[in-house]
Amino acid sequence: MAILLIAEHDNASLSDQTAKALSAALKIGADIDVLVAGKGAKAAADAASKLKGVRKVLLAEADELTERLAEPMAALIVGLAGNYDTIVAAATSTGKNVAPRVAALLDVAQVSEIIEVVSADTFKRPIYAGNAIQTVQASGAKKVVTVRTASFQAAPEGGSAAVETVAAAANPGLSTFVENKLSASDRPELTSAKIIISGGRALGSSEKFQEVILPVADKLGAAVGASRAAVDAGYAPNDWQVGQTGKVVAPDLYIACGISGAIQHLAGMKDSKVIVAINKDEEAPIFQVADYGIVGDLFVILPELEKAL
Amino acid sequence: MKVLVPVKRVVDANVKVRVKSDGSGVELANVKMAMNPFDEIAVEEAIRLKEAGKVEEIIVVSIGPAQAQETLRTALAMGADRAILVKVDEAVEPLGVAKVLKGVVEAEKPGLVLLGKQAIDDDSNQTGQMLAALLGWAQGTFASKIELAGDTANVTREVDGGLQTVALKMPAIVTVDLRLNQPRYASLPNIMKAKKKPLDEKSAADFGADVAPRLKVLKTEEPGGRKAGIKVKTAAELVDKLRNEAGVL
Repeated sequence: MAILLIAEHDNASLSDQTAKALSAALKIGADIDVLVAGKGAKAAADAASKLKGVRKVLLAEADELTERLAEPMAALIVGLAGNYDTIVAAATSTGKNVAPRVAALLDVAQVSEIIEVVSADTFKRPIYAGNAIQTVQASGAKKVVTVRTASFQAAPEGGSAAVETVAAAANPGLSTFVENKLSASDRPELTSAKIIISGGRALGSSEKFQEVILPVADKLGAAVGASRAAVDAGYAPNDWQVGQTGKVVAPDLYIACGISGAIQHLAGMKDSKVIVAINKDEEAPIFQVADYGIVGDLFVILPELEKAL
Repeated sequence: MKVLVPVKRVVDANVKVRVKSDGSGVELANVKMAMNPFDEIAVEEAIRLKEAGKVEEIIVVSIGPAQAQETLRTALAMGADRAILVKVDEAVEPLGVAKVLKGVVEAEKPGLVLLGKQAIDDDSNQTGQMLAALLGWAQGTFASKIELAGDTANVTREVDGGLQTVALKMPAIVTVDLRLNQPRYASLPNIMKAKKKPLDEKSAADFGADVAPRLKVLKTEEPGGRKAGIKVKTAAELVDKLRNEAGVL
C-alpha cells in the first residue's frame, strides 16, 4: 500500500523539511503521495510535484487550512487515510500538532521523531533527550510516523508528479486563527542552515547578543540559535531555541558561544558535523562534544573571529 | 469551571540516564524521580487561573505506579485541590494515557485540560493532541500564553517561525510550553496541608480504557558518542582549522 506524506509549507513555498521527510518515507516504501493542505497553495503543490519519488500531489484548499489548524487538518487526513497504510509528517511544529490527532482518530499509536528507518514497520527514535535510542516496531494496519528531519538528507528534485485537487473535510469549527507573529529575518532558517552560531546565557543581554553574535552570523551566512537559558532570559526569541524541546539541528558547523552544554541543549545539536565551543569555563560540558574549543571571553573572541573570517 | 491537569512521574531532568547493558531499557532503579517539568508548568498555570478567579477547582491526575502518588502530592502542595491516581504498573503509551484521560474527563467534566507538551522521558509529544482527538475538542499546543474569555480560550503557541495565536472553543485542550510561567515551589505548610487533600485511586478498567501497548520496543541502545576534540588558542587558529582541517568554511 501507499504512504501519505504531509507537506510542510507556507502556501507560497514548500519547506525543505518536506524533502527531508520524503527521504524517510522513501525508505519505508515506494508509492508516496504528498498532501499539500492550505489556501492559495498551488505554488507549494507544484514544488512538491518536482520532488523525485513523489507519485502524486494532493492539493486541498480551504480557508481553515490557510494556517493548517490541527482540527480541520486532522479531519482531512483521516478522510484520506483509507488509501494509505502509513502517514508521515516532518516533526515540525505543524507535524507535531497534527499527527497525534490523526493517530488517535485512527486508533493507532504514533512513532514520534524517527531518526532511522530500519524496515517498513521498525524505526529508531531518541528518548530521554537523545541519551538513549529506542528501536520500535509498530503493529497494526496503519502507522503514523513523524520524522526528525535533521537525520535525513533532502530528497532531490527531478520528478514531475501530477497535482490532483482533493476536497477539504467539513470544518469541525473548533478553533480559529487569530494572528501570527513570525520573526522576519534574511538569515537562513535554523533547520536548513549549513552553519549555525548559537548564544547562551553568558551573552548577558539582548543587546549584547545582537552586538557580538549577529556580525559573525552575517559574515558566515549562518543561522542564529540560542540556548533555553538565553531565550528564557529574553536575549533571543523562542524560535531560535535549539534543544530537546526547541529545534533539533544538524548543520555542517555549529558554533556554541557561552553555552555550558546542558543535556537538553546537546540533544538539539550533537549530530552537527563539526562543533565549536567558545566558553570561559574550561570545565563546561559543551567541550566534551566540541571538535574545537576555545577557552576564553566570548566578548573578546567573537570580534576577533569576525575579523579573521 | 474545573480544570484537569494530568501529571507524569519521570526521571528528574538533571539526571543523565544510562542504558541497561542488556539493551532492555534505561536504568530506573535508584534514580531520582520528579514531576515532568512541563506538567509543573501546567499545574502552575491552573493555580494562576484559580487565583485569578477563572477556575473553581483543580484536579490533578496521574497514570502510573503507586509511587506516582508522590507526584500528585507535589501538585497538591503547589495548590491543586484533589488528585486521582489511575494505578497501572506497566508503561502506558500516549494513546492509552489519552484513553484513560478521556474517561476521567467524562467523569469530571472539566472546562479545560492543561497538559505538559511532552514528557521528558519518552519525548513523544502526543498525549494532549490525542486526548483532544478522542474528545472531539479543540487543541492549543505548545502554549506560551493562555487567556480565557467567556467560552473562548485564546492560546499563543510557540511555532517554528515564531508565535501563533489561535482562539479555541471551550471546553478545550491546551498543552504548555516552557515560557508560559515559572512554577512555584511548594511551601512547607502547603506540603503538610497537601497530605490531607483527597487522593482517589482508580484503575484503567474503571474508565473502560484499553491501555495495551501498540508498539513493541525491540531494543534500547546508547547513542553514538562524540569525543572531545582539541582546544585552540585564538580565533585565527580556529578559522584555520575550520578551513583547512574540517573543511566546513
